[in-house]
Amino acid sequence: MTGLILRRFGFAAFTIAFVSLIMFAAVEALPGNVCTSFLQRFAQGPRLERCIEQQGLNRPAIERYADWVAGAVQGDFGYSLKKRKPINELIGERFANTALLGGLAALLAIPFAILLGIAAGVRRDRPLDLSLSGAAMLAMTIPEFVTATALIYVFAIVLQWFPAVTIMRSGMSFMDMLPNIVLPVLVLSAVLIAHIMRMMRASVIDVMASDYVQMARLKGVPEREIIRRHVVPNAMIPALNVIALTIAWLLAGVVVVEKVFNYPGLGTLMIQAIYDRDLPLVQAIALIFSVIYVGVNLLADLAALMIDPRLRRKAH
Amino acid sequence: MLKLLSTIMSRPSGAIGLALTLAHVLMALLAPILAPFDPTLQNADAILLAPSPEHWMGTDTLGRDIFSRVLYGGRLAIAVTFAAAVVATTWGSFAGIFFGTVGGRTDEFSMRIVDAFLSMPWLLFLLLIVSIGGAGPATIIPTLGFFYGVAVLRVIRGAAMQVAAGDFVTAAKARGEKLWPILSREMFPNLSDIILVEGAMRWSWMLLAFSSLSFLGFGATPPTPDWGLMVAQERGLLATAPWAVFWPCLALSSLIIGINLLADAIGKALGLDRATAMAV
Repeated sequence: MTGLILRRFGFAAFTIAFVSLIMFAAVEALPGNVCTSFLQRFAQGPRLERCIEQQGLNRPAIERYADWVAGAVQGDFGYSLKKRKPINELIGERFANTALLGGLAALLAIPFAILLGIAAGVRRDRPLDLSLSGAAMLAMTIPEFVTATALIYVFAIVLQWFPAVTIMRSGMSFMDMLPNIVLPVLVLSAVLIAHIMRMMRASVIDVMASDYVQMARLKGVPEREIIRRHVVPNAMIPALNVIALTIAWLLAGVVVVEKVFNYPGLGTLMIQAIYDRDLPLVQAIALIFSVIYVGVNLLADLAALMIDPRLRRKAH
Repeated sequence: MLKLLSTIMSRPSGAIGLALTLAHVLMALLAPILAPFDPTLQNADAILLAPSPEHWMGTDTLGRDIFSRVLYGGRLAIAVTFAAAVVATTWGSFAGIFFGTVGGRTDEFSMRIVDAFLSMPWLLFLLLIVSIGGAGPATIIPTLGFFYGVAVLRVIRGAAMQVAAGDFVTAAKARGEKLWPILSREMFPNLSDIILVEGAMRWSWMLLAFSSLSFLGFGATPPTPDWGLMVAQERGLLATAPWAVFWPCLALSSLIIGINLLADAIGKALGLDRATAMAV
């Protein structure tokens, strides 16, 4: 058991190292360097020298990579070229805002999606299932910015219930913030619900066809009890992995949704940094998102180990 | 082929999917003939006109005819994502069949790397690449092709492992066949169905990704008519001129839904269960 857990931690660490290496290498591979890419036609003379000095570009790449990783572990991501500030000062509040948005969306979506998935799977191919599956398919295929635009049109322009863009100041109370985040949270949860529900449904259908459910029926266990005791716990295990995978959608979707609502989070900061060609900032945010993603996957793996004793025995 | 087509058409969802996809491809191909105006022609006297007999879908902030722009708006997205889908499906299925057949240490080691790639939020990586290499098809096609190829690899490798366990593959190995003939003559014909469905499915997800990139300002560049870009540009006037945003949204969504339904129908017609294939 301890070995298995250590193995999962090992893989997570390997993944983060691998991802950070690729991100660093991608920037190294560009013609020129971070400074020439940022300064463009002003990349000459004292300005270029100052930038190279500040970013420490005159040192070998391996040394800079080691420094970058060591700094990131301690929460120091270096300097932003455009904002001329340490990156960790820039991302602090933004990180909290994005975490609020993503956290609320996940909190709302996961339990709801699991319930809907069970309801659809138990009533396979009946009207409820067909309409839920159809709705999920729409939510998955329609781009987030289209869904968001439609919601803005209905709720912000026609009904005027919520603002169309986020107005946020630091130190705002949660209740003041609430109307601002309702629409972005709804858009994000719609996609999450669709993905998780589909998996949960497939998983429930699988378990319903199994021998032990058949056996329980033959024993005369009431259907409600079968679903509660046998179907739901067993169907949860594969769904758990998908919940972790949909976090990838959540993280990518967060960038688009933040942009639509002009929400002051990490996503809009990253897009601004790309417009400004501020590569150190882009790298830092991409790394933070990757670490969150790997962390969530690790948690899902560990949770699956705890729920399912079979996984513990199957040491390969 | 005809039989497959009739099975697809026998389901309403399949028929809708096929019709939507074909209609969009035709629209993109025939845009120069169908469009009543030049999609980039600006007209200062016709700014933000509501839909009328002259401008069926109205005009945008620069007085351009939206109907013409919607007709042209899919061309770049369809071309770029189709090319990227071909790249992804080709390399992904080739590598997937290879690792699934070979197995052992090579497979084990490569899968760790594949897992590492799959655990990267790829849109962010795409954004990183775009910020280095600049927006445009030359960076987007290989990047999309590579990342989606990794997911294709995962799915095809899983399917290939099952095929590789079959008696006819063991027999081919026992006959002393070389690796390449086994891959091309024993493995591939048994996997072509699932590869086709995977490719179609990835194509629809790529359209979603490309239009999101365009929306963020890193896909198509102005003045190219592109649905994602049109939504981004006209979104500010949603309250006064909703038609400028509505039509590109509808066009984009209907194409993605169409391809998705079609891929689903092909899968069902070929007897593949896509519920499991979805979970990468």
